[in-house]
Amino acid sequence: MKALKRSLLALAIAGTFAAGAAQAQISDNMIKIGVLTDMSSLYTDLAGAGSVAAARMAVEDSGIEKRGYKVEIISADHQNKPDVGSALARQWYDVDKVDVIVDVPNSGVALAVNQITRDKGKAFLASGPASSDLTGKACSPNTVHWTYDTWMLANGTGGAIVKSGGDSWFFITADYAFGLALERDTEAVVLKNGGKVLGKVRAPINTQDFSSFLLQAQASKAKIIGLANAGGDTTNSIKQAAEFGIVKGGQNLAGLLVFLTDVHSLGLATAQGLIITNTFYWDTNDQTRAFAKRFAALDKGIYPTMVHAGVYASLLHYFKAVEALKSDDGTKVIAKMKEMPTDDPLFGKGSIRVDGRKIHPAYLVEVKKPSESKYPWDYYKVRATIPADQAFRPLADGGCFLVK
Amino acid sequence: MQALFGQLLIGLINGSFYAMLSLGLAVIFGLLNIINFTHGAQYMMGAFCAWFLLNKAGVGYWWALLIAPVVVGAVGVLIERTMLSRLYKLDHLYGLLLTFGLALIIQGLFRNDFGSSGLPYQIPLELAGGVNLGFMFLPIYRAWVIVASLVVCFSTWYVIERTKLGSYLRAATENPVLVQAFGVNVPRMITLTFGFGVGLAALAGVMAAPIYQVNPLMGADLIIVVFAVVVIGGMGSIMGAILTGFGLGIVEGLTKYFYPEASNTVIFVVMVIVLLFRPAGLFGRER
Repeated sequence: MKALKRSLLALAIAGTFAAGAAQAQISDNMIKIGVLTDMSSLYTDLAGAGSVAAARMAVEDSGIEKRGYKVEIISADHQNKPDVGSALARQWYDVDKVDVIVDVPNSGVALAVNQITRDKGKAFLASGPASSDLTGKACSPNTVHWTYDTWMLANGTGGAIVKSGGDSWFFITADYAFGLALERDTEAVVLKNGGKVLGKVRAPINTQDFSSFLLQAQASKAKIIGLANAGGDTTNSIKQAAEFGIVKGGQNLAGLLVFLTDVHSLGLATAQGLIITNTFYWDTNDQTRAFAKRFAALDKGIYPTMVHAGVYASLLHYFKAVEALKSDDGTKVIAKMKEMPTDDPLFGKGSIRVDGRKIHPAYLVEVKKPSESKYPWDYYKVRATIPADQAFRPLADGGCFLVK
Repeated sequence: MQALFGQLLIGLINGSFYAMLSLGLAVIFGLLNIINFTHGAQYMMGAFCAWFLLNKAGVGYWWALLIAPVVVGAVGVLIERTMLSRLYKLDHLYGLLLTFGLALIIQGLFRNDFGSSGLPYQIPLELAGGVNLGFMFLPIYRAWVIVASLVVCFSTWYVIERTKLGSYLRAATENPVLVQAFGVNVPRMITLTFGFGVGLAALAGVMAAPIYQVNPLMGADLIIVVFAVVVIGGMGSIMGAILTGFGLGIVEGLTKYFYPEASNTVIFVVMVIVLLFRPAGLFGRER
């Protein structure tokens, strides 16, 4: 009886659309998007509910629903645990008929989702995670890694700092997939540019007190203390570094992954002068500013981070591919996404490489002094633009099996 | 060797937070038999209270040290009067569940309103800067935290273990009916004790605000560790909580130096070992 009711309902829904025949390939007549993100812990502000809002905006702005497609967005909290994230991804794909998973901050969870998505032949649009392994040794024909990655951060921030004289480093690294990848990629950049690494320490994720680690960094006499961590870990280390007089003592901090929300939470008085690599800044042009204003109204006044922007832009492109194919088959859509050039209001024109890496320019920015900030969330000045073809790891170096 | 001194001192500083928080828990458990899982949330509320006072009312750190514990303590009293007091006759477990649920609700509400990245709170000017001790750079604020925590911990211990008021309190836990018969208002005393324990958490929160971000989740991360401290020290033992708090801070500090990857598990390893050999904890009495 229940099955009958459901099929009748499906029939009725299908009947309401004149373009019904065009969607023969859309599974369950519905494009179902699963936003898998951190809703309760250290990455909530930089992704979290904002990523869901960004997904909504993408659906709205793509106009896909006006053309007869049905789209549904669901979301869940992976709690930064790969096991929780994997269970959710499996349930979404198997039971809830989710077609595409987006966001997934936390590389550990993302690597698990990456594998599951591939096994199930679905689609994964990674905006939140950083590990460059997603387009390297763990690359997948079902994943697009949109926003940024550890290689890009290392190359941008690390490269700029070594070239300006910061040639001895000490790493404080978040002890999981992301931190280790970021440390590895940055170390390679430092060594390549003639610098040296004097020491490193692995701090568990979500550490409150970094003073022990900062003391070790201080004792190493390294010129640069590289923070290979993110979110609350980064803000706590920067704040406590100021307390321990690290910068006054002549050492400098390199925040390898610092988001707009981290700067906001630290305040410019503490964060000023930090060098950060970013692929999106809201105050770039009229389109990004318009996006930011709309976004902030939906997300408690938080201005969009590059992760939010990536969720939005990757979904816009995903919809284009779905409409071109008239199918939401994960493997086919991802292949189509790679084939089509990208063009969206936030990242501009770009492309997706065969290994799944989205290519766009990166910006080396410096956090403004409190006196330079003229309006709310006016935090960055752009010091340099790294062109798209240099911002990301060369295709041949990643070790991805899709590259022949 | 120099580095080791530094790590010991850092451990002592973190230990002073553990000590202050576990002290509040131990007072509440030892005298009221309530396992107060809202303690972490109340620590967080203390920090937020300081933030509100500074940013909305222009009231600085020193007044916050006084006002925040009173305000948050009052909230605690309200919780005790309206909810916890109904559970005294039931098993500990009910109080634990209630407070755990409350903690989740409070943290959820704060996270919803303030996000997860936290809010900045600067070190008060009088305590800014630091001194070079030769083996390490000691921020003055951290030194202040150790001293303040030692004073608070030992005065609390003194009041409870060595004064007449403390003896009433302890007697009321052993035999409330008899103490009431002597004309002591036992329910009011219990309520105020709960409020005091909560106030201690809030005080620790205010002291933590300039060091960590004022973050809705700051207590959630800490409460589990603090519970382990209380269990290791012996549930309800005041001196046990204080000494174990400082001691474990040092153990953790040393782990951060020798094997940092294990620094957030070492306390639980110690807990397992202690429970295997002394199930009542290091300073607890078997009941």
